[in-house]
Amino acid sequence: MSEAMNEKNKHWLLRKENIRKLWIGFIAILIVIVVAGLFVHQHESFGIEDSFGFFAWYGFITCVAMVVFAKLLGFFLKRPENYYDDSEIGSNKHEADHD
Amino acid sequence: MTELLFPPGLVLVLGALLMPLGLKIRNALIFSLPVICLALIWSAPAGYIVTLPFIGFELEPIKITTTGKLFATIFSLMALVGGIYAYKTANTLELTAAFVYAGSAIGVTLSGDLITLFIFWEIMAIGSTLVIWAARHEAAYRASVRYLMVHLFGGLLLMAGIAGHIVETGSIRFEALSLQSVSQYLILAGFLINAGAPPLSAWIADAYPEASPSGSVFLSAFTTKTAVFTLLVAFPGTWLLIPIGIYMIFYGIIYALLENDMRRILAYSIVNQVGFMITGIGLGTEMALNGAAAHAFAHIIYKALLLMSAGAVLYRTGKRRCTELGGLFQTMPWTALLGIIGALAISSFPFTSGFVTKSMIAQSAADQHLVIIWFALAAASAGVFLHAGIKFPWFVFFQKDSGMRPPEAPRNMLLAMTVFAVFCIGLGIYPEPLYAILPFAVSYEPYTAAHLVAQFQLLLFAGLAFFVMLPMMKRTLTISLDFDWFYRKFLSATTRPGISLMQVLNRLVNLVIKKSWQTFQATFNASRFSRYHLASSWPTGSMVLWIGVILGGYLIADIYL
Repeated sequence: MSEAMNEKNKHWLLRKENIRKLWIGFIAILIVIVVAGLFVHQHESFGIEDSFGFFAWYGFITCVAMVVFAKLLGFFLKRPENYYDDSEIGSNKHEADHD
Repeated sequence: MTELLFPPGLVLVLGALLMPLGLKIRNALIFSLPVICLALIWSAPAGYIVTLPFIGFELEPIKITTTGKLFATIFSLMALVGGIYAYKTANTLELTAAFVYAGSAIGVTLSGDLITLFIFWEIMAIGSTLVIWAARHEAAYRASVRYLMVHLFGGLLLMAGIAGHIVETGSIRFEALSLQSVSQYLILAGFLINAGAPPLSAWIADAYPEASPSGSVFLSAFTTKTAVFTLLVAFPGTWLLIPIGIYMIFYGIIYALLENDMRRILAYSIVNQVGFMITGIGLGTEMALNGAAAHAFAHIIYKALLLMSAGAVLYRTGKRRCTELGGLFQTMPWTALLGIIGALAISSFPFTSGFVTKSMIAQSAADQHLVIIWFALAAASAGVFLHAGIKFPWFVFFQKDSGMRPPEAPRNMLLAMTVFAVFCIGLGIYPEPLYAILPFAVSYEPYTAAHLVAQFQLLLFAGLAFFVMLPMMKRTLTISLDFDWFYRKFLSATTRPGISLMQVLNRLVNLVIKKSWQTFQATFNASRFSRYHLASSWPTGSMVLWIGVILGGYLIADIYL
């Protein structure tokens, strides 16, 4: 398998130089779509939605906020995968006793 | 055919019961029943009603409405394509249960009164529980019992509500209900539990991912969407549904972001998507209701497609966790491509079905000048791309190389996925046929330059946020606590609060029985019946004996006289 790790044996999509190209292409598309926003008029009639690149920064910032919020909430809510298992096996015994 | 006598839903329910007769019969039924059902639904004239007198009520076991027809159509289609996906790998119990489940869901959408609706509602609960059960492993069995408990509780609320509603209004008709008293709120609560509304949202992510690869495909379609249908008919424009819907949207996103199990990510995103529909129902304008109905239609297709793609991965690799998956696009390119089409559709990417349906809901919020709701929906659209649109395909098919080289999905699975992928793109490019069968006339044009630019900006920058924040999204071997903690841990029979609760309940029940028994005895002793011979002692045995003698006497009298 060590040969498979070789850059040349990797799938073209996984090679480093191609990943760089993908990023460049992605960023180019982002710029194009923001610039395209200058030529259309948003008409939801709240005012702010027609400002420059509104949907771009709004999408980006809300997503970052959601990821950060999820991360913070995770500190309180995350438990090991087998969290419920012990009590359930226990409760199963309990049920079995009753039978 | 103008005379429709047989309820289309029952075609599936009763036909399914013949499936255990043999493999050939089973497979023939899988492909023929949904087609017969569709033919029955579409051959019925508009406004067709069958009435049936029953204990003083006029039941309407079949009532063809535009909305009902829309949902019944997509449910039949789902049963057919789900059948194609499942028939080679799923066991007969699962397929039988799935068709009973689908048929009863269709029964709900075509019922004109609350009693018929309730009967189909409960058959659905049983059918879906058996679908989970059919996975035949310990975790699935446990999850199915918890699932059933939630749904029986929901059914209980619904039944109490319906009974109260009938007593108060004298009407059993299933139509728009106004929230006048407790009864209608109980009906609303019963519907909302099946929709996955808070606080009991956890059952979706708890139970659905435990089913077999094909089982969770069936499960994703019917329960929550029949709930959407009932809310759409009974409670359009109920403002309470707006905050509930918005909460569900963000609950789905946040929990999916925390999740590691690929099918659980998709289960959370069901709550998220149903949240959009419920918000639309709460907004209540014609366009919003159209949007909710259309979104339900499109959602069933792309969510099934996503779960089929995840199911194929699970079937080939036996793995469910994002931490164990990755790099599968190399040997499962078609599964990856078709899954990505589903992912784009759920994210409302332009030229997919989600784009032409979800935007109707956001547009009606804008039309009503509900600024905050509109902003929340815009953020949520970006969030959908984040938690389902990119997260699912990225972690399963790309990410790191897991080293696994599973073969491509079986042909029947690929065929089912292709059919739904064609629908996802077809409805996106040419939504007119879908618009034509919506409850109200549609005057909405999704493809304006402004809308396209806005949606591309929103989604592509959400994508940028995903890759920028990738280090923070690293998956961990964890689950996330939810409301089900209260009934799975806090009040479990092994914990102190759980034991005390059981003791308290036990004492309460004992007390009630004792009290009512004493009251009964006192009343009885005071009455003149207590003087007769048979009442001189209390043994139940002698009472049963005498009843037996009396009934036996009736029987003999009935036979010989």
